[in-house]
Amino acid sequence: MNGEARATSQDTQKLTTLKRKDLLGIRELDVDEINLILDTAEVFKEISTREIKKVPTLRGKTIVNLFFEPSTRTRTSFEIAGKRLSADTINISVSTSSVVKGETLIDTARNLEAMVPDAIIIRHAVAGVPHQLARLVKTPVINAGDGAHEHPTQALLDALTIREHKGRLAGLKVAILGDIAHSRVARSNTFLLTKMGALVAVSGPQTLLPPGYDQLVDDGLIVTPRIEEALEDADVIMMLRIQLERQRESFFPSLKEYAVRFGLTRERLRLAKDDVIVMHPGPMNRGVEIASEVADGPYSLILDQVTNGVAVRMAVLYLLAGGSAAKLTPGESIQ
Amino acid sequence: MMKLLIRHGLVVDPTQALEEPLDVLIEDGRIAALDADISTSDVRVIDATGCVVAPGFIDLHTHLREPGEEYKETIKTGAEAAAAGGFTSIAAMPNTHPVNDNAAVTRFIIEQAAEEAPVNVFPIGAITARSQGETLAEIGEMVQAGAVAISDDGRPVMNAQVMRRAMEYAKQLDIPVIDHCQDLNLSGDGVMHEGYFSTLLGLKGIPAVAEEVQVARDILLAELTGARVHLAHLSTAGSVELVRRAKRKGIPISCEVCPHHFTLTDEAVIGYDTNTKMYPPLRSQRDVDSLLDAIADGTIDAIATDHAPHHLDEKMLDYDQAPFGIVGLETAFGLAMTRLVDTGRIGLSRLIELLSSAPARILGLDRGTLRVGAVADVTIFDPQREWIVDVEQFRSKSRNSPFHGWKLKGIIKATIVGGEIVFEASDTSSETDSTE
Repeated sequence: MNGEARATSQDTQKLTTLKRKDLLGIRELDVDEINLILDTAEVFKEISTREIKKVPTLRGKTIVNLFFEPSTRTRTSFEIAGKRLSADTINISVSTSSVVKGETLIDTARNLEAMVPDAIIIRHAVAGVPHQLARLVKTPVINAGDGAHEHPTQALLDALTIREHKGRLAGLKVAILGDIAHSRVARSNTFLLTKMGALVAVSGPQTLLPPGYDQLVDDGLIVTPRIEEALEDADVIMMLRIQLERQRESFFPSLKEYAVRFGLTRERLRLAKDDVIVMHPGPMNRGVEIASEVADGPYSLILDQVTNGVAVRMAVLYLLAGGSAAKLTPGESIQ
Repeated sequence: MMKLLIRHGLVVDPTQALEEPLDVLIEDGRIAALDADISTSDVRVIDATGCVVAPGFIDLHTHLREPGEEYKETIKTGAEAAAAGGFTSIAAMPNTHPVNDNAAVTRFIIEQAAEEAPVNVFPIGAITARSQGETLAEIGEMVQAGAVAISDDGRPVMNAQVMRRAMEYAKQLDIPVIDHCQDLNLSGDGVMHEGYFSTLLGLKGIPAVAEEVQVARDILLAELTGARVHLAHLSTAGSVELVRRAKRKGIPISCEVCPHHFTLTDEAVIGYDTNTKMYPPLRSQRDVDSLLDAIADGTIDAIATDHAPHHLDEKMLDYDQAPFGIVGLETAFGLAMTRLVDTGRIGLSRLIELLSSAPARILGLDRGTLRVGAVADVTIFDPQREWIVDVEQFRSKSRNSPFHGWKLKGIIKATIVGGEIVFEASDTSSETDSTE
């Protein structure tokens, strides 16, 4: 009820804060909130180009990076984002903490609260753990990837990258290819891009297209095992990493066959628009889901994604642990 | 022994096609008389005005956790929960530690129950040694010691040849084989129903077909062997359709459904509350609708709880690690009244059949009836009274229920086992007045 009431009053007024304590997924966000994060990220991106890449915005704040699953890229990206905002960042990863399999979430939550953090960033191999944790702590919780559920900051950085290169999201056709079933990146991107008016075409072997995926959003979504259909006239191609163990689980016969039937080759790329851009959340399996000449080609934005990842995470940390976008104006020093 | 007179209640007993206001006289632990107006002296009177008087409920499917996991539940606390839920008899699944796969464990359960349990406890023996699905357990010895059925509940017998032999062996002993239908390869490491919501939530799915292929197998084996086969906790539209067809062919098959499966759908998993994790998983709306139809048309024989106590610490884990199962003894009747009778899907007589006379028939127990001369196992309930489920009030040691805070219609007033009152509701409990 509250949310609706606020939404109507925003027709005339730009949103300056998120409507929630936590960032758990894209599905719950509305278009205004997504735009707010992306616009804020653009402001922060400029900081990363300065000689002194640091602003005092979150000075004195403590941010906990709680990683139950190994991830160098996302953890480092969040850590840099926190540091550029002058926050104190603490990394807790499974190998270096007492957080062991079987510790109850209540104990984890109590231990964390005792550190009095201003934000908790959590990655976990099991879907829903950030949601369970968010219910137990007052601190804002940011989902850095939970199982096959959501990875909201990845979708936001992908959107920022697309917006920079295409000038918009609405009206674009975005193909998401690969292991859809086990991908949180696919889900978060599907929610975000369809909300913003893009057409999303999701494709992979039938064994990796989970049931009911086509019902995840009301419209703007195509689900097909025919990769050519997904690629046709695409403005953007997002490749998903194929986990090597899926072969053992009989989702497909061999990596060789996967490369032949579903890999992004130069020939398949011709089906897309001439100015197509290619994205990959990394790390890539060259020669499997993506041919090297495509990965290194001029249409590849894989490194831009890394830069934008820091900017988006700064924006999210700022909005949840810091303050309001009203205080931000491009070019000014950010206090 | 004390005489007991239950006055002014509505007696509902499907075994005698009874649904009329009658007094019930209990003497020496047995039903002594059923009549419109019984007057006798030297008797304790229970006023059942506005209440239903029914043959005591029988739960085909309870996990008591003793021996081995007494921190979750004991025979005593489980039986107390049963009494509070209106159950006068419970059948105890063998997946304890050690597994009830030999007469010594069976006897332990019976002796422990005789000493501490307010209700009848009927042990179910394992089908295979340590429920490992490989070689038959000492079924005959367990039956001699008092086991009433065999099952490897929770550890499904995947080997069809072993299951065939178990059925043949059980047939000569005239006991039912109760199967937990789950193809372990198809269910894999799934944690919820496979479908839209598992895709939305990013949790691994358990397809409906993981149950249905085993239901189909068991029906074919029941037809081959002629054994009495009872299918536990059916949850899918496909399963009930297979059973419906099998019954039409005259195959000796029976089945049960759990209250949570006809009450909740997989949508309840949104929010990742681990009290929505059980096996079989909460299914789709279409499955729930089929179960409700099959309850009404008689395809489903019985309601069973699959009461599965787990400690709070275990349920406080992430969704993958948390154990499957919820407690059910103290909510089963309220859910059945609310979802089945109050909605007009079935009448009171059919409800009593599902909770009492059918389970007695399936297990071959001389109970589930108020016939004169029968053992006086009686459940008295107020079908109109509303109450709020409060897990803190449970007699069970465990609290793992997704129904905390639910308002249910229909409350147990008294539970009588062998003529003894083992549970009587205090009017100060968490009831709400139906006029509120």
